[in-house]
Amino acid sequence: MALANIDMNKSGARAASDVPLLEIKDLAITFDTQGGPVNAVRNAHLTVMPGETVAIVGESGSGKSTTALAAIGLLPSNGRVSGGQIIFDGEDITNASSKRIVELRGNSIGMVPQDPMSNLNPVWKIGFQVKETLKANGLAGANSKERVAEVLAEAGLPDAAARAKQYPHEFSGGMRQRALIAIGLACRPRLLIADEPTSALDVTVQGQILDHLDRMTTELNTAVLLITHDLGLAAERAEKLVVMYKGQVVESGPALEILRNPRHPYTQRLVNSAPSLASKRLQSGKAKEALAAAAAAGTVEVAKPADVKKADAVAHAEEIKTHKPAGRGDTILEIKNLTKVFKLRGALGKSTDFKAVDDVSITVKRGSTMAIVGESGSGKSTVAQMALSLLAPTEGSILFDGVEVNTLKGKALFDFRRRVQPIFQDPYGSLDPMFNIYRTIEEPLKIHKIGNAKSREKKVRELLDQVSMPASTMQRFPNELSGGQRQRIAIARALALNPDVIICDEAVSALDVLVQAQVLNLLNELQEELGLTYLFITHDLAVVRQIADEVSVMQKGRLVEQATTDEVFNNPQQKYTQDLLNAIPGASLLV
Amino acid sequence: MSENLTPENEPRKPGTATPRLGKSSTRVIEHFVAPLEETPLAAVDKVDESGAPLSLWAEAWRNLRKQPLFIISAVLIVLVVVVAAFPQWFASVDPTSCTLDNSAEGPRSGHPMGFTLQGCDVYARMIHGTRASLMVGIFTTLGVLIIGGTMGALAGYYGGWLDSILARLGDIFFALPLILGAIVMMQLPAFRDNRSVWTVVAVLVVFGWPQIARITRGAVIENRNSDYVTAAKALGLSRFSALVKHVLPNSLAPIIVVASISLGTFIVAEATLSFLGLGLPQSIMSWGNDIAAAQPQVRNNPAVLLWPAVALSITVLSFIMLGDALRDALDPKARKR
Repeated sequence: MALANIDMNKSGARAASDVPLLEIKDLAITFDTQGGPVNAVRNAHLTVMPGETVAIVGESGSGKSTTALAAIGLLPSNGRVSGGQIIFDGEDITNASSKRIVELRGNSIGMVPQDPMSNLNPVWKIGFQVKETLKANGLAGANSKERVAEVLAEAGLPDAAARAKQYPHEFSGGMRQRALIAIGLACRPRLLIADEPTSALDVTVQGQILDHLDRMTTELNTAVLLITHDLGLAAERAEKLVVMYKGQVVESGPALEILRNPRHPYTQRLVNSAPSLASKRLQSGKAKEALAAAAAAGTVEVAKPADVKKADAVAHAEEIKTHKPAGRGDTILEIKNLTKVFKLRGALGKSTDFKAVDDVSITVKRGSTMAIVGESGSGKSTVAQMALSLLAPTEGSILFDGVEVNTLKGKALFDFRRRVQPIFQDPYGSLDPMFNIYRTIEEPLKIHKIGNAKSREKKVRELLDQVSMPASTMQRFPNELSGGQRQRIAIARALALNPDVIICDEAVSALDVLVQAQVLNLLNELQEELGLTYLFITHDLAVVRQIADEVSVMQKGRLVEQATTDEVFNNPQQKYTQDLLNAIPGASLLV
Repeated sequence: MSENLTPENEPRKPGTATPRLGKSSTRVIEHFVAPLEETPLAAVDKVDESGAPLSLWAEAWRNLRKQPLFIISAVLIVLVVVVAAFPQWFASVDPTSCTLDNSAEGPRSGHPMGFTLQGCDVYARMIHGTRASLMVGIFTTLGVLIIGGTMGALAGYYGGWLDSILARLGDIFFALPLILGAIVMMQLPAFRDNRSVWTVVAVLVVFGWPQIARITRGAVIENRNSDYVTAAKALGLSRFSALVKHVLPNSLAPIIVVASISLGTFIVAEATLSFLGLGLPQSIMSWGNDIAAAQPQVRNNPAVLLWPAVALSITVLSFIMLGDALRDALDPKARKR
């Protein structure tokens, strides 16, 4: 990468100085809402030294973005700094005039926003949008076109001059984020605020973009304030971590030290439940006991193949202990040579075929978890839809308990519905906002005409208890619950009909780390208790490690690798799987 | 998306898989830990049990009742409805007992708005004219909701050829201006001979439904692919039940807003038709008829035309204001998720 035109004396000279570039002291931010003022941030303090990367970590609503936005004067109109100081390079900009803030933006403080899909203006060419930034800071110069191409090339866009003439919709998500990074760094700011810069991207793309951002900011000696919810990612990319919780900084210090030796209980919780740092499958409380008992008695089954690991041993031990009627380990769901072709509408009524799923075969054993992993567009959700019989396959078959699912009609299909239930990704979309929680959970019972009003209410109470929600939630509406709580309600609804198989389509992807861990634990306990089988669709290999017994890796509609979780993690056979594994942020930090 | 070689699908070079070990700084970084008392740890994802449960409708009502726009329009609408239901409470004078002795007289005690050319009491006629106008407005809106709502919901939900047919049908009616279409249709013998509130309602429904159909279709399309609809189908709910139980209730907000605004416009349409002599028959008192009757006198006795016109404007305005207030309260974007 050639960074020929860097204005080195601007940033380079100060690198060694020990004056903090950004200093936030006792910052308090208040939002005026309908329900009165809300203190979003209190007593926040952090220091960013020149050239240093500092990561703010916290869950959604912890005030991490708000704090960073305050530094660049971009708080929403109902928010204001109600206390403390923001000092940029020795200058107090807490209450600086808007003119001064505008001067600072771009050439002193740059910004890379979160969502690459919505942060580029769709009606302007990429080049124009970069030029706009340069112009605003008086850096466009005489040959602005070349400068734009240079800036884009630095951000890692090949053939930048041609790319500059394209519109955002012609770019993939990763390329858009590169364009946004180019814009953020176009004017050589000394501080770059990166607000979850890669959360919306696939893991492998995420890794590449962060690597690139790292290289660029090191070469330009730009300080980075990285905002992220992912502790592993933060620890990997930053020298210094700032952990925020409920609007306050609870812990800050050297990244690796915090990761290895967290002192605040909240940080400890975060470190313990960060999926990217976990190294083994979750075990339910009962399973742990059973395993201990089995080990003590020395009755680990003989018939098992040598490479079957702990999880299976646990299942078997448990089976012996409780004498589950349904034989675990026999095949419950068998997907054979499944293919789905979508017709994409082309010009003049012509249509082109798009193979979303291409000859996929997956066998799921009763009582186990099969994870399907892949990046966006790999066809994993299409498989889930077909397994739920919500979408007809083009070719191939899906056998549920030995019965072909596709040809089911009427009563048989209705009965199939009882036994296979989905949990979806978006907790905000999967519950009907007009139904209260009681009606939501009762609905499946009503549809299948199970019990009377009284017994249904009893069942709803039981289900709420199973997902650890208080019974008083019954009268509430989805809009009053958090994402994790809604997801638990969705689980309760799925469980209402005592299904055999639950298909989780990215069920925990939208949740905060701690909540995600909680939901995963819940799913795991339920599996143990009810002998559920999960088909777990996810893009996140880290989560797979925690919940799955077997993994199928999909890429562009094809199955590329299939093995037990341990095999995949310890000895991945395919380059693609290796790439996915390497992309898990922070994976190599704690081993 | 073009099949360009992007940095993301470029073959990766070997050697990029070296483990990342994190960064360590040469500077001394202080390890700060906040005292635990300052931020006590809450249980992960605890349910907030303060406050009574609140449905979206209850929440909308809570927002609504604080809005001045809503309060004003609601008070006016209640007044109009009461006047329409019980005109005798407001006007003791018989609006049909007209004597030419009073022709075009000015206001006097007991007759605050004066008399028409025929010697009828303007105030009494205005009060008694409310019912016809309001009935046309309400029943047209109901009819439009039933026909347009059904058409739009079916078209949006099932899509495909049904959508194409219904959408084109709607477009054809949409292309005909409401008033022009109504004028032509009111001339048809079947309508011309049996003019009443119901014929006017029928004609307005025929030309008014496409608007609601469009709104409903849009709202239904927005909701039909929601996860909760998919979830309901996976639970075994039939496609049609999912429409009725899940999709329609969630599509109501924009329909309600448009319906309340168009209620006002239907009242205007009725007045226009009556003014043109094509709407309600002379035997039914209505603001449109009164305005038409007062029109020749507008230069020397404008008050006679003014009062029914004011009543018409206030009624229509209050329905439009109600629609605006509802829009603010029911706006899905303003709702907290």
